Amino acid sequence: MENNNKIKGSEAFIRSLICEGVDTIFGYPGGAIMPVFDALYDFHGQINHILTRHEQGATHAAQGYARVSGKVGVSLVTSGPGATNTITGIGDAMIDSTPLVVITGQVAAPLLGTDAFQEIDVVGITAPITKWAYQIRRAEDIAWAVARAFYIARTGRPGPVVLDIAKNAQFQDVEFHYEPCTFIRSYIPYPDVSLDQVAEAARLIDTAKKPFALVGQGVTLAGAEAELKTFLEKTGIPAAWTLLGGSAMATDFHLNMGFLGMHGNVAPNIKTNECDVLIAIGMRFDDRVTGDLNRYAKQAKIIHLDIDPAEIGKNIKVDAPVLGSAKDTLPALTAMVNAASHDQWVASFEVHRQLEFDKVVEREVHPTEGEITMGEVVRKISEATDNKAVLVTDVGQNQMMAARYFNFTQGRSMVTSGGLGTMGFGIPAAMGAKVGAPDRVVCSFNGDGGFQMTIQELGTIMQEQIGVKLIILNNHFLGMVRQWQEMFFDERYSFTEMQNPDFIAIAKAYRIDGTEVHKREELDAAIADMLKDDKPYLLVVNVETKGMVFPMVPAGACVSDMVLES
Amino acid sequence: MENKLYTITVFSENTVGLLGQITIIFTRRAINIETLSVSPSAIKGIHKFTITINTSLDVVTKVVQQIDKRIDILKAYFNTDDELVHQEIALYKIATEKLLAQGSLEEMIRQHRIRIMEMNPDFVVLQKAGHYQETQDLFEELSQKVGVLQFVRSGRVAITKSKVERLTDMLENIKKLENLKR
Repeated sequence: MENNNKIKGSEAFIRSLICEGVDTIFGYPGGAIMPVFDALYDFHGQINHILTRHEQGATHAAQGYARVSGKVGVSLVTSGPGATNTITGIGDAMIDSTPLVVITGQVAAPLLGTDAFQEIDVVGITAPITKWAYQIRRAEDIAWAVARAFYIARTGRPGPVVLDIAKNAQFQDVEFHYEPCTFIRSYIPYPDVSLDQVAEAARLIDTAKKPFALVGQGVTLAGAEAELKTFLEKTGIPAAWTLLGGSAMATDFHLNMGFLGMHGNVAPNIKTNECDVLIAIGMRFDDRVTGDLNRYAKQAKIIHLDIDPAEIGKNIKVDAPVLGSAKDTLPALTAMVNAASHDQWVASFEVHRQLEFDKVVEREVHPTEGEITMGEVVRKISEATDNKAVLVTDVGQNQMMAARYFNFTQGRSMVTSGGLGTMGFGIPAAMGAKVGAPDRVVCSFNGDGGFQMTIQELGTIMQEQIGVKLIILNNHFLGMVRQWQEMFFDERYSFTEMQNPDFIAIAKAYRIDGTEVHKREELDAAIADMLKDDKPYLLVVNVETKGMVFPMVPAGACVSDMVLES
Repeated sequence: MENKLYTITVFSENTVGLLGQITIIFTRRAINIETLSVSPSAIKGIHKFTITINTSLDVVTKVVQQIDKRIDILKAYFNTDDELVHQEIALYKIATEKLLAQGSLEEMIRQHRIRIMEMNPDFVVLQKAGHYQETQDLFEELSQKVGVLQFVRSGRVAITKSKVERLTDMLENIKKLENLKR
C-alpha cells in the first residue's frame, strides 16, 4: 500500500528550506539536481529563485544577500562542474565568515565512486573550506541535514555549509517531519562569557592611558553595532576598523579614527604602535592589518574579544582574551569599566590625519586638474546617496579606494571580498545585496579587470531587473598589480595592461542603461542620471591610468611605516 | 621554539570523513603525522584518535584549536610524553631456521619480553609491546642477527596520567547544556 503521507525527497528538500525561512535562492539547474528544481516549480510564490549565469555568480550573490540581510544565503547547483564552480564563493565565505548553504546535486548513491557522468567528490573538495560538508544519500536524512546545515551556517562564527544530495535521495519517497536543529553536542556556538576574563580586560582598560580599539566584522555579525558605540562612548576610546569592519561604526562617529591596514589611514596605523592597551573586537589580526608581526603593537597589552577560540593567540600573543559573541561580551565589558575620557590621546590622532589629508586625501578626492581620480568618483557617489548606500566592491585598487572614501551611516553596508580577495566578486555580490536589501541603493565599484571575470551576470541583472548601480573605474590596467610593478618590480608591467571592450555597448546589449565618462565636468550629471531611479545602471568612468592607492604599508613592513607617495 | 614529540588526542562523533577533516589540518601546515591510531573509545558512539607529531608548542597549540573547532569533534587536546602512559606494538616475521640457528633465543625473549604469536617450519612471528625506541631496538638487533622478513608497528595508544578526565567532564557539561535547551 502506498503511504499517502509520503512525499518525494526533492519536495522534502524544498519544504525543509521553507521551514528554515528561505525565500530566496540563487541557482543554476543541471542533471543531478533536476528533481529538486522540478519540486521548486510548485513553490513559485514562496521561494524566489534567481537564475544566475554561472554558479560562481550564484555563490557570490548568496554571499552578498547574506552580508546585507544577516540571513543565510542559499545557492542551488548541479553536480560536477556546477559544484566546482561554487568553490571560489565557498572559500570566500569561509574566510570572511559568511553564512551560506550551498546545495549541490550528486549522482545516485550506487554510482558514487565510479567516475559517473558529472560526478565529483564535492564533500572531499569542500571539507577544508566549509564549516560542515555533508552528503545526503537517503531521503530520510534530508530534513535532519537541512536543519543541521542552517543551524551550523548561521550560529557562532558563521560560515558556509555544503549539502551534496545524491539523485536517488531526491527521487525517493519519504515521510516528512521537520524539526529545527537547536543543539549539537560537539559544537558550542556561543561560549559562556567568563566574568573573570571580562574583569581582567576591564582592569587593563581602566588603567590604560592610551587605549585603542580595533573593530572587525565580528561586531556586524553579532549585530552589536549599538553595543560597540555604547562601550566606546563610555570609555572614550578611539577606534578604527578593518576592511570587513567597515560600516560597523558610522564614518562621522567622533571616536571613529578610520581604516586599518595596508591601505588604511595613517593615524590608526601609527597609533597601533603607540597605544598602551589594544582592544581587538571581532577581528583576526590579518596580515593586511598587522604588517610585520614582530613590530606590531609590541608596546601594548592586547585584549582580544572573539567568538572563535581558535582565533585567540593565532597571530599575536593575547594578554586578556574575552571569549564570546560581541553582543554578550561588549555589554558585559561596558558594565564593568569606569567611564573615562582620553581627549588628549584622541586629539593626538589629528596631526596624522591632517598630514594624510594634505599629502593624499585632498588631491585624491578633490583634484582640480588632470585626469579623473578613483577617489573622487567614490566620494561623489557616496555623497550623492547621502552616504546611505550599500557599498559593494570588487578587488584591487577599486576596493581600497572605495573602502577609503565611501562614507557609512548605517550598519551592514560593506560587502567586499576581504580574506580571499576574489576578483569577479563585485557584480554578483551586488546583485545578491540588492535582492537582500531591495529598499537600499546598492553601489558596486569594480575595476575593468574584475568586471570581466563575471560579466555574464549582466544577464541575470537584465532578466530579474535587479536595480544595482555598477561602476567601473576604468584605468585600462590591472591596477593594483600595476601599482606593485611600479613600486617593487622596476616598472616592468608584465601583462597588466588591458584592451577593453565597449562596456556601455555590452550593457546596452543586455538592455542595461549606462553612461561613459571621460571628463570631470561630465561626472556629476552621470552620477545623477545613474541614481535617478531604481533600475540597473552601468557607469564607466575613465580614470587616471597610473593612479596609485596611498598611503601604503608595503608587504612585510612595520604597520607604522606608511608610504605616503611614490 | 624547540620541536618535540606531542601526542594529540581527539574524541569525535563516529561520522564519515572525519579522519580526512583532521589530516588536512596537518597537511595545510606541512606537518608530518608520525603515528596515528583510531578506534572506538570507551564511550559508545565516540571515536578516539591518537596522533603524534614532531613540532613546536606554538604550532601544536594552534593545530589542536583548529581540530577542536571542527563541528563533529567533541574534544581535542595534546600532551607531552611525560604526561602519558603510552605504548606501541610491533610484529616481526623471522625465518624459523635462522631464528633457531641463532644461539641466544631465550635470552633475547627474556630481555625484550617478546611473545611468540605463530610458529611453523617456515617462519616465526614475534610480538613486542613498548615505546618506539624499544621496538626499534629489537628490530635493529633482529635485523643484524637473523634478518627480518616483515616488520610492522602500530600507532601509539596513550592514556593521561592526570586525574582530570577531559572528555567525561565535557560530556557532563554538554548534558547540562542540552537539558537547559529543552
